[in-house]
Amino acid sequence: MIFLEQVITILWKDVRYELRSKQMWTGMGLFALLVLVIFNFTFDLRVDNAAAIAPGALWVAFVFASLLGLGRTIAAEREIGSMDRLLLCPVDRKAIYLAKLLGNMLFIGVVEIVALPIFAALFNVPLFVGALLPIVLLSTLGIAAVGTLFSAMAAATRARELLLPILVFPLIVPIVIGAVRATGTLLAPAVNEPPWLGLIAAFDVIFLTVSMLTFEYVVEE
Amino acid sequence: MRNFAHLSTNNGEVYAGGRPASSMFFLEVKGLKKSFGLKPVLRSIDLTLSGGERVALLGANGAGKTTLLRILVGLTKPSAGSACIDGLDIVRDARQVRHLVGFVAHQPYLYDELTALENLYFFGKMYTVKNIQERASLLLDKVGLEKSARERVAVLSRGQVQRLSLARALLHSPHHLLLDEPDTGLDQEGRDLVEALLAEHTARGGTILFTTHQLERALQLSDSIIMLNKGRIVFQQKTVNLELDKVQRTYQEVT
Repeated sequence: MIFLEQVITILWKDVRYELRSKQMWTGMGLFALLVLVIFNFTFDLRVDNAAAIAPGALWVAFVFASLLGLGRTIAAEREIGSMDRLLLCPVDRKAIYLAKLLGNMLFIGVVEIVALPIFAALFNVPLFVGALLPIVLLSTLGIAAVGTLFSAMAAATRARELLLPILVFPLIVPIVIGAVRATGTLLAPAVNEPPWLGLIAAFDVIFLTVSMLTFEYVVEE
Repeated sequence: MRNFAHLSTNNGEVYAGGRPASSMFFLEVKGLKKSFGLKPVLRSIDLTLSGGERVALLGANGAGKTTLLRILVGLTKPSAGSACIDGLDIVRDARQVRHLVGFVAHQPYLYDELTALENLYFFGKMYTVKNIQERASLLLDKVGLEKSARERVAVLSRGQVQRLSLARALLHSPHHLLLDEPDTGLDQEGRDLVEALLAEHTARGGTILFTTHQLERALQLSDSIIMLNKGRIVFQQKTVNLELDKVQRTYQEVT
């Protein structure tokens, strides 16, 4: 019970902090929209190739925007010296990780909610909200699970902005592939496709377990 | 090196370097060492504080004062040696130890975008403080910030932030206060307030270990002073009958 209360308290603090500083959401949202607009101008979109291009553009926008936010969550803690203060509290480190993960998912989720209708309009594709929701949710969980752990690792270094994408991109490749293919299948149904959603869920479980177990050693000296 | 192993508490209890005779609250450091890479920062520190005692840590920049405090609060791991707080090992029992210590560092460890009250609520919940609303209001009142309770930390002055840091450190009623230059940014009224809070804390049997660069202030606030130089304790003495001139001369000689 105390564990859950502490998770909620840290999450509440991060959300309130972000609502007042407005640093992360604005930056992530604008970035995602810019990527979508640039892709829209760059590719020669036609009715017959939209289904092939649109999923890739969508997930590139989501992944890059996510990394902007992931870099900020723990780096902002370190900049104001409060990661130490959080570590000084008698709190289970797993509670800190879980709160940061939920916070990251929430921040990325809001950006995705805003970006999805714009994506549908720009690329002239249907949204399939019901079917897209589990893909977006599970993929966001995987990206945030890895990103939260590695942002804690990168935040302790000087080159954190450079280091975070280098560390995170290779690891989330299976999730990005799964998300792109699963989204593509929605737009242009194909036969004999592997169970992409199941693959993403399996990676989520692995990433989440490993991250929960190692976070303590990453944030403490 | 002048080593005065026999320090007495302000309750008149005398102990000889080991565990205090009767106090429940005590802090004991044995052969503590810390190196960052190949650079030694602390070299075999031995130190004991018992309930009601106030000790000032003096030393030039880089002497190891802040590192010692950070080790005692569990933010930095020692390279060798041990430290116990109320019988709990600071590394092995880190989580329980965190309940027992209050720490004021150079950085305020507060969230700029939250109000003074929200900060105290947040940390109160982290420490599972009961009656957090009453406790937060009481402490804000004590540090003279009752009118700024609903102001964001970002708009508070440096002195007000330091007062709030003190309130944060006292929030969970710790047995031991570790203060890294607690007077930073405080005006005379704030310094008096620190003095009153520290007196109240020790009157309840708590211990205080604080660093300062002001020798006069160290004499005024502590029962004994310890001087560090290059990670070693080079001078340790009770402040009773100790003159400021002598402290200044010794400080210049040993640091």
